[in-house]
Amino acid sequence: MKKLSARRRHPLAAVVVLLLALAATGGLYAAFAPAGKAQADETAQSLAIDEGKKLYTVGCASCHGTGGQGTTDGPSLVGVGSAAVDFQVGTGRMPAQQPGAQVPKKPVIYTQAEIDQLAAYVASLGAGPITPTDKQVDPAGADVAKGGELFRNNCAQCHNFTGKGGALTKGKYAPDLEGVSPKHIYEAMQTGPQSMPSFPDTTMPEQEKKDIIAYIQTVNGSESASPGGLALGGLGPVSEGLFAWIFGLGALVAVAIWVAAHTAKAKKS
Amino acid sequence: MSTATTNPPADQAGQRKAPAGERVADWADGRLGIYGLAKANMRKIFPDHWSFMLGEVALYSFIIIILTGVYLTLFFQPSMTEVVYHGPYEPMQGIRMSEAYASTLKISFEVRGGLLVRQIHHWGALIFLAAMFVHMCRVFFTGAFRKPREVNWVFGFLLFVLGMFTGFTGYSLPDDLLSGTGVRFTQGAILSVPIVGTYISMFLFGGEFPGHDFVARFYSIHILLLPGIMLGLLVAHLILVFYHKHTQFAGPGRTNKNVVGMPLLPVYMAKAGGFFFLVFGIIAIISAIATINPIWALGPYRPDQVSTGAQPDWYMGFAEGLVRVMPGWEINFWGHTLNLGVFIPLVLFGLVLSLPAVYPFVESWITGDKREHHILDRPRNAPTRTALGVAWITAYFIGLVGGGNDLWATHFHLSLNAISWFVRIFFFAGPVIAFIVTKRICLGLQRRDRDKVLHGRETGIIKRLPHGEFVEIHEPLSPGQLHTLTAHEQYKPVELGPEVDENGVKRKISPVQKLRAKLSKGYYGENNQIAKPTAEEYKEISEGHGHH
Ligand code: HEC
Ligand code: HEC
Ligand code: HEM
Repeated sequence: MKKLSARRRHPLAAVVVLLLALAATGGLYAAFAPAGKAQADETAQSLAIDEGKKLYTVGCASCHGTGGQGTTDGPSLVGVGSAAVDFQVGTGRMPAQQPGAQVPKKPVIYTQAEIDQLAAYVASLGAGPITPTDKQVDPAGADVAKGGELFRNNCAQCHNFTGKGGALTKGKYAPDLEGVSPKHIYEAMQTGPQSMPSFPDTTMPEQEKKDIIAYIQTVNGSESASPGGLALGGLGPVSEGLFAWIFGLGALVAVAIWVAAHTAKAKKS
Repeated sequence: MSTATTNPPADQAGQRKAPAGERVADWADGRLGIYGLAKANMRKIFPDHWSFMLGEVALYSFIIIILTGVYLTLFFQPSMTEVVYHGPYEPMQGIRMSEAYASTLKISFEVRGGLLVRQIHHWGALIFLAAMFVHMCRVFFTGAFRKPREVNWVFGFLLFVLGMFTGFTGYSLPDDLLSGTGVRFTQGAILSVPIVGTYISMFLFGGEFPGHDFVARFYSIHILLLPGIMLGLLVAHLILVFYHKHTQFAGPGRTNKNVVGMPLLPVYMAKAGGFFFLVFGIIAIISAIATINPIWALGPYRPDQVSTGAQPDWYMGFAEGLVRVMPGWEINFWGHTLNLGVFIPLVLFGLVLSLPAVYPFVESWITGDKREHHILDRPRNAPTRTALGVAWITAYFIGLVGGGNDLWATHFHLSLNAISWFVRIFFFAGPVIAFIVTKRICLGLQRRDRDKVLHGRETGIIKRLPHGEFVEIHEPLSPGQLHTLTAHEQYKPVELGPEVDENGVKRKISPVQKLRAKLSKGYYGENNQIAKPTAEEYKEISEGHGHH
């Protein structure tokens, strides 16, 4: 007994307990799970979880704790779901680097296969939003106009009319949504990263999410039409005002100087 | 031709057959007296300087705005009746919107040339106000507002302020989410006025905001009331420019009593006509290449929606900035709320904006200068005025920075809160710093002018004297340059007079007079201008030990 209570404080104790627990759950699962095809899926799944756990221990545990329980450097990941991991790692936000007002996007350092494994592991810690399938996020056939209305209702107050981004307090910001993949838009709505509220399927059904994705892609993509000419960043009156002063008035003053310099001088005539 | 013989003069005219143009002119003169007018004005002289053309830029952009505005009225529906959109713009299909918004979409996507005209109208508006702004700066910094032109300065000032509100009402017409947010903001500002605020708001919007009336009301104000007043003011402004004659910079042959330049006809008219087309061309090119106010991307206004990055056009950005950075103070008493967070910015906006209007009167009171001025000051020769002007502009632009605080935050990776604090502090500190720095610079330039007059221009040529010393050759200025650099008058500050009168009794000096004397020192006191060289000083130096 004494031996055990001494070892309980060993740094690896948590890992051992966790492994035991996992082994137990896995064993129980294997015992009770239906046989056949499902079993093959399950083994693939548990393989992914194992691989994910390895990646997690190396890349994430320092901040999120060895069992995803969270530390002072990062929140608990129990119950955030695979969608959160797919979003956070898939957009390069995780693994986070230096502390700041908001964890920024960076180049993605994991392959999609590794991200799936990480997601599988984190999902195994507790149920949460599940990574959407390609079909779920496909905006084809969605109602762009309705998406626009939903976007202005739910998102524009932080992300601007067409998703060009905007400032929040104390150096936080809602990013420009140009070039964000449909899957990541969907997941952002599901999980509500950082200061963003989440829009779960209960309040915003799948179809509405598709409409929003279609709208963002129509008005804020690299191929979005700008019928009036240069869009000037789509930022509204501030960039328009700067443009009017610098190029409009600038050109007019230049012309005025030119005209005044090319004059029929009174003394010559 | 008439065959009647009862009217010999007509007959004679018929025989002589004057050229058609002359006959038309004769006809018009008989009825309008144009010969007299033309004789008085055709040879009116206009001096030449690029900065004198800024007012013209404003005039021409105003004309362009009126012309394009008339085209827009042909298609715009100033109505808030709700309709469902079924036009060609896909992302708006089936959306409910007001007729005003729907007709603006129609102007943009269905009316031939509609989008271009809309963009010319709006870019023209931004440029019109910017041109008025710099035109006012030119007039201010050269002292052209002094007697006899104070009233014309006030006319110009009113044109700027009315232009702001014309622009604001026009910007609100399409009833899109961006401008609707701006109208909401304005309504909030109106509501913050104690006692009468709610009444004014109910009156203006015909009930609760937004109601069903404001677009139609703003429409009358935008296309009729304000442009009408502005047109009247503009004509008065131009008549006064003619009547007073144009000011000019000092130079050889230019006095307070003459104007040196080109005659109105033909030279100036030809130039002005050409310049009109240049202005039109530039505004048209800008409108053809750059979008302004893409209302289709903004969506129709709905009171339950709002977007970040909602700013007014630049000329209202100063007001926006003041409200954005003001702490949300509030006083509650007996069930009433005084919303200082909005009311104080509103008052500040009015105060800061009206300072330029009263400045000419204040300056002439302080300096006691009641004479006519037709020769312009170089800004450096009026350091205190120049510094005050720069201080005002600094406050104005700091306010503008506050108006765009969210964009500076996202684009320069700054904290929104830090920008608000910057604006709060520098709205007050900035003008003081600008005042001090500008004054130093002006005095420095005055000193340089003095040096130049006394010692000539530095040529950059170094000469070695026989005994080994190196000297730079200074070239004396031409008489013309000498005149230009020394033409300005220098004034003495207002004196309070002796403290006791001839009987040794202490004279009564009112605090107002004391203040005035103090302020006057601020303009013309010892440290506030550099004495320009006198003729004796010049002689002594140029004849005495020569240049070195
Ligand atoms: C340097 C510390 C650090 C590292 C390393 C790190 N994270 Fe994070 N993580 C954070 C912080 C801080 C947050 C909270 C801020 C946020 O939501 O972005 C966070 C949030 C998250 C969230 C969102 C939680 C939620 O509530 O939605 C997920 C998912 C996540 N991390 C996954 C990972 C994964 C997977 C890794 C490893 C690849 C990782 N993190 C590595 C610090 C870190
Ligand atoms: C309260 C403000 C707020 C609202 C409302 C909001 N967001 Fe966000 N959004 C944010 C913030 C803040 C982030 C950045 C989160 C981060 O970096 O982890 C963000 C990030 C995102 C991202 C990820 C962008 C990227 O570059 O990876 C997407 C996509 C997104 N939001 C979509 C939406 C949609 C769609 C809605 C409406 C349904 C919405 N947001 C509503 C604040 C908001
Ligand atoms: C000082 C003069 C004026 C200024 C500064 C001004 C400014 C503006 C602005 C900024 C808009 C918004 C345009 C947009 O982006 O949609 C607008 C709209 C409009 N203006 Fe003017 N305007 C002026 C004079 C006039 C005049 C004289 C008329 C008509 C005779 C006019 C008719 C209109 C109409 C019909 C619209 C709405 C159409 C639309 O928004 O597309 N404006 N104006």
